[in-house]
Amino acid sequence: MGRIEVACRLEVRDAPGERLTRRIRQELLIPVERVRCVDVFTVDAALSREELEGLARECFQDPVSQEAAVDRPLGLGCDFAVAVSYRPGVTDNVGRTAREALALYLDRPLPEGAAVYTSRHYLLWGPLSREQAERIGRELLANALIQNISVLSGDEVARRGFPPNLPRVELGPRPEVQTISLERSDESLVALSRERVLALSLAEMRAIRDFFRGEEFRALRRQRGLPMDPTDVELECLAQTWSEHCKHKIFNARIRYREGDAPEETVDSLFEECIRGTTREVRAARGPADLCLSVFSDNAGVIRFTDEWSLVFKVETHNSPSALDPYGGALTGIVGVNRDPLGTGQGARLIFNTDVFCFASPFRDEPVPRGLLHPRRILEGVREGVEHGGNKSGIPTVNGSLVFDERYLGKPLVFCGTAGLLPARLHGRPGHEKRARPGDRIVMAGGRIGKDGIHGATFSSEELHQNSPVSAVQIGDPITQKRLSDFLLRARDEGLYHSLTDDGAGGLSSSVGEMAREAGGCRLDLTHAPLKYPGLAPWEILLSEAQERMTLAVPPDKLPRLLALARRYQVEATDLGCFDESGLFEVSDHGRVVALLPMDFLHDGLPRLDLLARFVPPRQGPWRAPARPQGELLHQMLGRLNICSKAYWVRQYDHEVQAGTVQKPLVGARDDGPADAAVFRPLLDSFQAVAVAHGICPRLSDFDAGVMAECAVDEGVRNAVAVGADPDRLAGLDNFCWCDPVQSDSNPDGDRKAGQLVRAGRGLRRVCLAYGVPLISGKDSMKNDAVIDGRRISIPPTLLFSVLGLMPDARRAVSMDAKAPGHTLFVLGTTRDELLGSELQAHLGARGGFLPRVQTEAQLSLYRALYRAIQDGCVASCHDCSDGGLAVALAESAFAGDLGMVADLTRAPRQGDMGDTELLYSETPGRFVVTVPPERLEDFSRHMRGQPAQRVGEVTAAPRLVIRGLAGGVVLDEPVEALRQSWLRPLDF
Amino acid sequence: MASVRALVVAGNGTNCERETAFACLSAGAERADIVPIWDLLAGEARLGDYNFLLLPGGFMDGDDLGSARAAANRYRRARIAGSERRLLDDLGEFVSRDTLVLGICNGFQLMVKLGLLPEPRRLEQRVTLTFNDSGRFEDRWVAMACDPKSPCVFTRGIERLELPVRHGEGKLLAAPGVLEDLGLRNLVPLRYLDPATGRPTEEYPANPNGSPDGAAGLCDESGRIFGLMPHPECFLHRTHHPRWTRLPDLPEEGAGLRIFRNAVSALR
Repeated sequence: MGRIEVACRLEVRDAPGERLTRRIRQELLIPVERVRCVDVFTVDAALSREELEGLARECFQDPVSQEAAVDRPLGLGCDFAVAVSYRPGVTDNVGRTAREALALYLDRPLPEGAAVYTSRHYLLWGPLSREQAERIGRELLANALIQNISVLSGDEVARRGFPPNLPRVELGPRPEVQTISLERSDESLVALSRERVLALSLAEMRAIRDFFRGEEFRALRRQRGLPMDPTDVELECLAQTWSEHCKHKIFNARIRYREGDAPEETVDSLFEECIRGTTREVRAARGPADLCLSVFSDNAGVIRFTDEWSLVFKVETHNSPSALDPYGGALTGIVGVNRDPLGTGQGARLIFNTDVFCFASPFRDEPVPRGLLHPRRILEGVREGVEHGGNKSGIPTVNGSLVFDERYLGKPLVFCGTAGLLPARLHGRPGHEKRARPGDRIVMAGGRIGKDGIHGATFSSEELHQNSPVSAVQIGDPITQKRLSDFLLRARDEGLYHSLTDDGAGGLSSSVGEMAREAGGCRLDLTHAPLKYPGLAPWEILLSEAQERMTLAVPPDKLPRLLALARRYQVEATDLGCFDESGLFEVSDHGRVVALLPMDFLHDGLPRLDLLARFVPPRQGPWRAPARPQGELLHQMLGRLNICSKAYWVRQYDHEVQAGTVQKPLVGARDDGPADAAVFRPLLDSFQAVAVAHGICPRLSDFDAGVMAECAVDEGVRNAVAVGADPDRLAGLDNFCWCDPVQSDSNPDGDRKAGQLVRAGRGLRRVCLAYGVPLISGKDSMKNDAVIDGRRISIPPTLLFSVLGLMPDARRAVSMDAKAPGHTLFVLGTTRDELLGSELQAHLGARGGFLPRVQTEAQLSLYRALYRAIQDGCVASCHDCSDGGLAVALAESAFAGDLGMVADLTRAPRQGDMGDTELLYSETPGRFVVTVPPERLEDFSRHMRGQPAQRVGEVTAAPRLVIRGLAGGVVLDEPVEALRQSWLRPLDF
Repeated sequence: MASVRALVVAGNGTNCERETAFACLSAGAERADIVPIWDLLAGEARLGDYNFLLLPGGFMDGDDLGSARAAANRYRRARIAGSERRLLDDLGEFVSRDTLVLGICNGFQLMVKLGLLPEPRRLEQRVTLTFNDSGRFEDRWVAMACDPKSPCVFTRGIERLELPVRHGEGKLLAAPGVLEDLGLRNLVPLRYLDPATGRPTEEYPANPNGSPDGAAGLCDESGRIFGLMPHPECFLHRTHHPRWTRLPDLPEEGAGLRIFRNAVSALR
């Protein structure tokens, strides 16, 4: 064992230390003067002192900028030192790389147990107390759920130093398989489900019990030497396969639904009615123009892009893990969703990421309830997790947003999306088709199996003891996954496998279980499954959600080549049995069958869920905004968290690796205007492009989740159209994040939340059908509640609607910044008195007025006209009106172009009786602010014939935004630079 | 006329290989092969078959031990299958021939940490690329000026250039006097520029990392070995420029391609 410490030389500027100093002062208000970071490598292997010193010099230390010390502390002279190390079993990416460096340095393979563990010592200077140093550790430097924190004073560091950091996982021998009798009372069945964290309902437990009573099944078990009662492997496997996460029980439930005073009706399955049914109808209506190739059957949706290439898209959420450990949760979220397109069809190459986060205000100054993290901390952790996950994987993050609402305090929402490019045909088959065949070997490739993620986040920290691995939280490992994906794409091109899927939720039990459906059965052998540490029970090996793994179906004659290629790419790949046609899901371990379940029962044996739902329509009526000076109001609105600049995030994500980003997230004269959508050109030698956009309007759920869903769909579509996408070639993807809609004693208004779900599903359906947008994939997350000290914090029901829009020529893309003085300013789309649920009302703390309504026919007609105008090159800039309405869109378009604007409200297309404030801040969907060069005015007007499109003013060289009100006088006259500053400042950390 | 055979090393966390190879082909190279480092180590592909080596951007080994440090160790230590040779031995041989080497971002970091720059004959690390003064990774476009007196063949005839930077560790650092000396010898071919004054700058954000005297890249004395932090392979077409929708006069071809065209000319 040896310890190597590395730190920045004292004479070198320590930028990470300075950044931490700033954060401690700003976020914790602790007057630290200086922070120095020391990286500590604890080498758990027999090495000589010379070897340790050589290792430090050659592998760990930069000879120019850093100093290193072997078995002596660098941390002398500070006031306090905070040591942060991982708990046993937590993924230590740097440690893994250091171990590889060690093996290369020694030029010999390391023994199985040899490891390098990393930790970090933060040396603090300043007038601090021990409590403050501890708080810095707890609230900023580390997360006690996955890390150990210890604090020493400067004297203590000099006298005794920190003890060695050796977080070895030590478990006993591999636990035996147990059988569990289900012949017990209902209460006892429920208790069993709870104690084993199975999350199965009584009806489901009974269904399993009844199945195990079946004579035919008993005869089979007898014949194969299995006990009559289920084994723990079988029970856990069923619980996993039947989980809400895997089976979407709520979306498939039978729902008794009442809306207002209407008679009760039965919704047979929201998924069938609103999602799959919508897509079926849209596809039929589109006929030969249908874009869909593979929907709802694979890890991600697939649409046609060119004759040679298809596009693959998936968006996932990773909410609960991100609440517990924002960095690890978000990192795992992004690298996890990467594996969906990678595991779709025969495997897609990843081309871009999207991310949408919903948080509470980072400026919250009240204490957060026990058990929750401060939103600022969640925001920083999630930001960094997605930064590392995206950047290190070489996938540009091209589109996203941040949404703020206090109720996301209980559960932040972290949506991560990834698209891939898939050859239209591969090895004589459509690229999006795959099928494991009987006789194919089951090969697991990538990371090793540990206790990671078993039973998700249900383990509490109290259950952890010193040497037990931390299972609740996982940390993704981008480099292991990058090697895996490079390897897989090569294996794909060489035709080395028939099928693949990712090991995500449910681990091998899900991936092998799904692929076994393609073949007709499987015999999975856990004996040689590669483990991070010995001592896992068979059911844990089967269910582990350890990251960076994919399962392949490999024809036996290709197996040697596949395994050799894996070795070359430094990817671990292991043969774990074979697929067959037995109709059975069979698992063995060390020569013994430990699970034997008929495939039919495993996948289709669960009983339907019944739900109650009701919806009470909100009250609506006229509302007038209080009189405020317009200039002051606009400055305040631009500084609202939901409106202000998110450049701090955007800049820290690589948004242009792969050289395909034609419209970047930041546009305009100073590279800081907020693009409505990304435009991406995936093929370097072609201008065929795809617009990437999304819509999300959770505030409207407070009134009507149906309107929320309609507006989200329209916003996504509108954003795509604003940059030049063809409104007749769009594809949508829905992510529902809900609070628990299952009514119970602890959740008395479950029926209301279920009612919101029905409304939202139907809203989604209405607009998608009217616009002809198919849904190609989606995901739901149904338990976004936190119960803290008996108080339930539920998120507002949230639908994220993501859109891919095809564009024939990237060079026609339009950005939102005003381009030149003298261009004519248009407002497209009719403004109505629709302020209920608007950002203005959130700002004023007011409620009233009418909800926005999507007028699908008129809006689609306008979108088509706009598309034609953009294709014709008539549009200099186009910006959609969303949060903050017309006022914010005008201001953003002006300051992004570094130009002024004059606008006359009397000319804006409108309907109904409104004042200036209502007209400026109404959030009626379907509107744009457009600028047109004078030489194209006539053509543009021709394209807009019959549309609600009006000239309202022009772009000016004088850098002021001037708005004339309905009464004729100037109601707002502000320098655009001042407006820009109001917009830039709030989140400029 | 000599043919240009470019080898673009990929794998192990490198992620700009496709656009880098595309840039080589667009500039007129006869071949641009994307070769995983694993094939070089397996002895299945050989540096000796090429005359232009490109080390593209990415995060080799996740940059887990500092940018490109674990990767440099791999080049120095990992053996080529079936021989006693290491990758670095082949690299040393490669640069002793009449070849070109271009390292971009993570590739530049690797070159510096292998000691391939600024003095490729010594293969000893004398300078480093360390954390940006801001302490964070950033993606932003910057303006640069080229040193007209530099021997660098890649920047010949280019006065000014705009390219994106996408890094967290891009600040050049060396013992006192070393970088000044390199500058005086015109081995700093590219400097971040303050667009307002037209002069090299150390001020953020025009200089994205705080690199002294605005140094954005280094070359060796022959001018044939060049590394830079910004990404020329990401400005091949006008639509790569962040402001292309408001710059009607921007040429169709992106300015980053000139670096690759110069390389191809130098090998002819």
